[in-house]
Amino acid sequence: MTTQLEIAKRRTGWLAALGAVSMIGAAYAAVPLYRLFCQVTGYNGTVSRADASSLPDAARVQALGGQMIRIRFDATTAAGLPWRFKPRQITNDIKIGEKALAYYTATNTSAKTIVGRATYNVSPDTAGQYFRKIECFCFTEQSLAPGQTVEMPVIYYIDPAILDDPSANRISEITLSYTFFPQAD
Amino acid sequence: MANPSALAGHQDHAHDDHADHKLGFIQRWLFSTNHKDIGTLYLIFAIIAGTIGGAISGIMRLELAAPGIQYLTWFTDGNLDASYHLWNVFITGHGLIMVFFTVMPAMIGGFGNWFVPIMIGAPDMAFPRMNNVSFWLLVPSFLLLCGSMFVEGPAGFNGAGTGWTVYPPLSTQGHPGPAVDMAILSLHIAGASSILGAINFITTILNMRAPGMTLHKMPLFVWSVLVTAFLLLLSLPVLAGAITMLLTDRNFGTHFFTADGGGDPVLYQHLFWFFGHPEVYILILPGFGMVSQIISTFSKKPVFGYLGMAYAMVAIGFIGFLVWAHHMFTAGLDVNTKMYFTAATMIIAVPTGIKIFSWIATMWGGSMTYETPMLWAIGFIFMFTVGGVTGVILANGGVDTYFHDTYYVVAHFHYVLSLGAVFAIFAGFYYWFGKMSGKPYNEFLGKLHFWVFFIGVNIMFFPMHFLGADGMPRRIPDYPEMYAYWNQIASFGYAVMGVGMLIFFLNLVVSLSSRRRVEGNYWGEGATTLEWTLSSPPPFHQFETLPVIK
Repeated sequence: MTTQLEIAKRRTGWLAALGAVSMIGAAYAAVPLYRLFCQVTGYNGTVSRADASSLPDAARVQALGGQMIRIRFDATTAAGLPWRFKPRQITNDIKIGEKALAYYTATNTSAKTIVGRATYNVSPDTAGQYFRKIECFCFTEQSLAPGQTVEMPVIYYIDPAILDDPSANRISEITLSYTFFPQAD
Repeated sequence: MANPSALAGHQDHAHDDHADHKLGFIQRWLFSTNHKDIGTLYLIFAIIAGTIGGAISGIMRLELAAPGIQYLTWFTDGNLDASYHLWNVFITGHGLIMVFFTVMPAMIGGFGNWFVPIMIGAPDMAFPRMNNVSFWLLVPSFLLLCGSMFVEGPAGFNGAGTGWTVYPPLSTQGHPGPAVDMAILSLHIAGASSILGAINFITTILNMRAPGMTLHKMPLFVWSVLVTAFLLLLSLPVLAGAITMLLTDRNFGTHFFTADGGGDPVLYQHLFWFFGHPEVYILILPGFGMVSQIISTFSKKPVFGYLGMAYAMVAIGFIGFLVWAHHMFTAGLDVNTKMYFTAATMIIAVPTGIKIFSWIATMWGGSMTYETPMLWAIGFIFMFTVGGVTGVILANGGVDTYFHDTYYVVAHFHYVLSLGAVFAIFAGFYYWFGKMSGKPYNEFLGKLHFWVFFIGVNIMFFPMHFLGADGMPRRIPDYPEMYAYWNQIASFGYAVMGVGMLIFFLNLVVSLSSRRRVEGNYWGEGATTLEWTLSSPPPFHQFETLPVIK
């Protein structure tokens, strides 16, 4: 016999179960949402990707009066990757808003071919959203034969909007850091 | 509130078991669907788990009594690296056992199961068989966690040394062995158990209240369990999702939290604390409810500001979901985010203050008596206030940069949890001991237990504020000479507390073997909720005709 109470209990029970299941869904939905959030806001030092057309024009750069900012380059390899990985320059002093170019070099010091993949971020975190990369070697797989050396370019600029952000306009130096990880397969 | 005078006609059942309920031991306890029996099982489970968790902390305090490594090497044949890892395993085990297998089972599974149905005038929980599943899931879960200490974690060492937070990359790259997988599975099962329990409580409270028992007449303990059940329902699945991602990162090559695959370890912290912060309210809210009942009983007054008390708990539960990143102030949040989380966290002090002041106002002008449960309840208010004050200090993003991961934090959360929650559990235990067993507890031993325990834990935890302010990091087995003084005192405090626990167990033995019996309402006029209209212990099935509340 299904009484009214029985029906009400079942309804509440299933609704509560639905609530629990949708929270599992929300946990998984957080993964792409968080990535999107970081990309939009530059959270966690997430660097923005840009293409050359978004470069501020010369007049705008001129108007800034040529304010300089120092970019420091850092290179790391994860444990278990026998590569020598270095930036070719320690620092670059560039004009805010102007396109700049930097090189990293990587050498496979082991006796076998190894595939690596690089991740990057910038420090301080708040500078992330103003560090715009036009071209870089991030997240692409890089295969190096024994002893092989490659040069990897990074083309980037600093968005002049950094000067309008009260939490970022006093930054005088930004560190760009790359880490190469071995790819398992 | 329920008025027992409206219940004439179905008061004390003369016998506590019905003729048609002569169940064998296996049927009664293993296949149990009776909310009181399941509540008893939960309480026994919590006492066993709490003893194991407390013994682990005993080893920890022993090791911390003096600088250097003296005792951990006993377990590791003198291998110092293994000792350091063993320390991490101990802090992980202590944390997880106390949170998931002691406080939660005691408060929600134990007292919740025992008294929520009775207090709302229901014959049992909404889904009695699911209730049985909830309890018996907890046992394999606990065994998995204990077992994880004996299988390989990091290469060459046994056990998961990840802390209860299980942060990657330590829990992924740092622990290739199966120990972390076992711990994760244990949390999955404990989580499933709690989610089923939460569904059961929500359904019971929303659908099975006796005629006339409106939401605004429910005892505050029932309110606290209702809010807790909602917190469990909405936060635990997020933990389940996060640790499932950890599991697939570890074993199936996904990259949710591995940086080399484009994942982000900080995302795990966000997910964990989105669960973790509501979780700490889950641990304390039922305690709020119990303390409200007890303060009211022994002041012989209704609770001051009943509705404010109920909605303060709702507010604490709600805001609890909006403050998680205050656990991550040093994880690289920007200033504006820290400002938000600082402000939101401090706002919680408002509903919490409402509760503290309402308890004091309840006592104010009441004709108070100081039986053991009342001592524990007042002790709870004192402890929780101390922990709450340090909580407001830690809520500041700037201050937390200094205090993060120091003993100050350890002192803070032990004052609210170890002392707050545990004091509430003991308060409830003494308050309802006669109701659950039908026998009186020993008043002298109860009071002695309180005073020894109270003095012991304060000697143990208060110096940790000083250690933390001096910069002693948490989660370390060894420390510089400068921290020796207060650490030694803290370890003495543990010993005093340990004596207090021995008195508790002595009291348990003495009281359970007592031949005396207590009446239905042994607390007298101050005890106004429905459980006091029944015999002690209540009949196997209560409220065959539903009570009517005026």
